[in-house]
Amino acid sequence: MNLQASIAALSEFLGHTALSLTLQETAWVVPAVQTVHILSVAVVISSSLFIALHLLGWSARDLSAQQVARRFLPVLWWTLPLLLLTGSILIVAEPARSLQNPAFYWKMGLLITASTLTLVYQVPLRRRADFWQRSRLRVAATKLLAFTTLSLWAAVILAGRFIAYVDNF
Amino acid sequence: MNIDAALRWVYDTELAVAMRENALLFPWVESIHVVALSLVLGSIAVLDLRLIGVAWRNRPLPELLRDVLRVTWVAFAIAVITGALLFASNAVAYAHNTCFQWKLGLLALIGVNTGVFHSFVEPRLTRAAARDALPVLARVSGALSIVLWISVTAFGRWIGFTITAVD
Repeated sequence: MNLQASIAALSEFLGHTALSLTLQETAWVVPAVQTVHILSVAVVISSSLFIALHLLGWSARDLSAQQVARRFLPVLWWTLPLLLLTGSILIVAEPARSLQNPAFYWKMGLLITASTLTLVYQVPLRRRADFWQRSRLRVAATKLLAFTTLSLWAAVILAGRFIAYVDNF
Repeated sequence: MNIDAALRWVYDTELAVAMRENALLFPWVESIHVVALSLVLGSIAVLDLRLIGVAWRNRPLPELLRDVLRVTWVAFAIAVITGALLFASNAVAYAHNTCFQWKLGLLALIGVNTGVFHSFVEPRLTRAAARDALPVLARVSGALSIVLWISVTAFGRWIGFTITAVD
């Protein structure tokens, strides 16, 4: 059995669960959950933006990188489960729409990359407040890292919206 | 010229035709619209939560206002431009859509709230010390803003589920 057939079987199964049928019968569920999903991604991408703006020297110049990270990164991490929860509800409500759509897998790949890069920035900073300032190379690297991470979150949103437009496989 | 004739004119502009007929244009403009509105929401939420008094209370307001509103205004400008393009692609149908009408109405209220904030609330804030509890008016302004923006997002999302094309 190939992968595509397994995925098709999985969406077929999910689509016939009692939970999925209940969600399908209630017209307001999908738009309401999508709204919470958008509000959550707004929190995530904006947190990433404020960190990037600070590193580029465009905002909160009186604060240290650690102070800005402490303000925004916990919010980002605590919002991710809400994104995953609302995303899972949307999958159960319309399994074939996402599970059989290439854009959904781009989105997951971008999401994993953005989260990983966020950790690459955060973990060393937590251990040493000046980690990213110890050489000119690191200062440049951290700016590039922050800009890349922010762009990846934007790409996550883009791929998410494209699920509605890309043809299923 | 009545309103429907004006909407019809918008619908027939070359830009609107391109938005309808090019398979990639609408999804791209819509995606940029979502990225922009996410940044509007996320940035204004930082200010609203600070005004209400639940987050970042030790951050002085003048600095926060400057940092946050710069982001909000740039993102809002992008959201308005992309929103206008999306609207043009199906002007008559959007204008007659109840969710769209609510969204615009709520945006107008946000405009009023913003005007009141900058004219009457903000001048008193800069005089207050950073750690002081903010005046009630500031908290109301922040609470109103966050509720209105969440409602705008919801109505915006509902447009996609209720819109019907008219020719």
